[in-house]
Amino acid sequence: MQKRLKNNLGLGGWLSGGRYGIERYAYTLHRITGLGILLYFIMHIIVTGSRMGGPEAWESMMASFEKPIFKLGEFMIFIAFAFHGINGIRLILVELGAMIGKPGLPSFPYNYSTLRQRPLFVAVMVVAAVIILIGGTDLYFLVMK
Amino acid sequence: MRESKLWFWHITAAIAVVVLLGMHMGIMHVGEILSFVGIGAGDAVKSANVFHRSQQAFFMATYILLLGAALFHGFYGLRSMLFELSLSSGLEKAVSGICAVAGIGLFLYGSYAAIYVFRMKEVLP
Repeated sequence: MQKRLKNNLGLGGWLSGGRYGIERYAYTLHRITGLGILLYFIMHIIVTGSRMGGPEAWESMMASFEKPIFKLGEFMIFIAFAFHGINGIRLILVELGAMIGKPGLPSFPYNYSTLRQRPLFVAVMVVAAVIILIGGTDLYFLVMK
Repeated sequence: MRESKLWFWHITAAIAVVVLLGMHMGIMHVGEILSFVGIGAGDAVKSANVFHRSQQAFFMATYILLLGAALFHGFYGLRSMLFELSLSSGLEKAVSGICAVAGIGLFLYGSYAAIYVFRMKEVLP
């Protein structure tokens, strides 16, 4: 069995982008949003299980989440999902070798792989921002009703 | 199961989650905007809307599919993050076991709830 190298960077390695640029921070944010969504999802499964008590039990459960703080929390989860999902599509495309350009000889001015992937990163961030804006507008109308 | 197979299912589950959760988020968070153009039923968490959706076979099936895909993707992701911290082999086994038990337990509970509500015909609006 191949010996696994020790990860000496630990949590600091997760949080610091170092010289790797914006994509490295997207990686960190991808993990943070992933953990947040997982935590919410576990609570969501338990809360939505109250449907088994019938409409009254559901209404009573939902009444306890009427406070603005819960609406804000829900919107934060929406933002996290928009980022995690759209960035995840970029990661899958890159994993499958799509939209990263063809390999070539290193000639000056150097065009390294991260730079070739950057337009894809910018495009997915714009898509995520548009989705977040739509979700925010919907929340505004819901609160103002 | 070999790690490469688990990784393949992690990515496959991610695609399923993006599609199904995207649909779920669309219903839950864009309902107000959609109701302006005559689509969507407004407040998606009202009990009439919740039970109306839950008692359709399509939604029941997609809830269970989303549950399985999201739990696998989430817990495998968590396990991968923890493994990167250079755990001992005993701790790795413990983390894998806890993630598997938590994932399967939540899947069983969530699926049971989805099927239970689907069969509650008397609360159809």
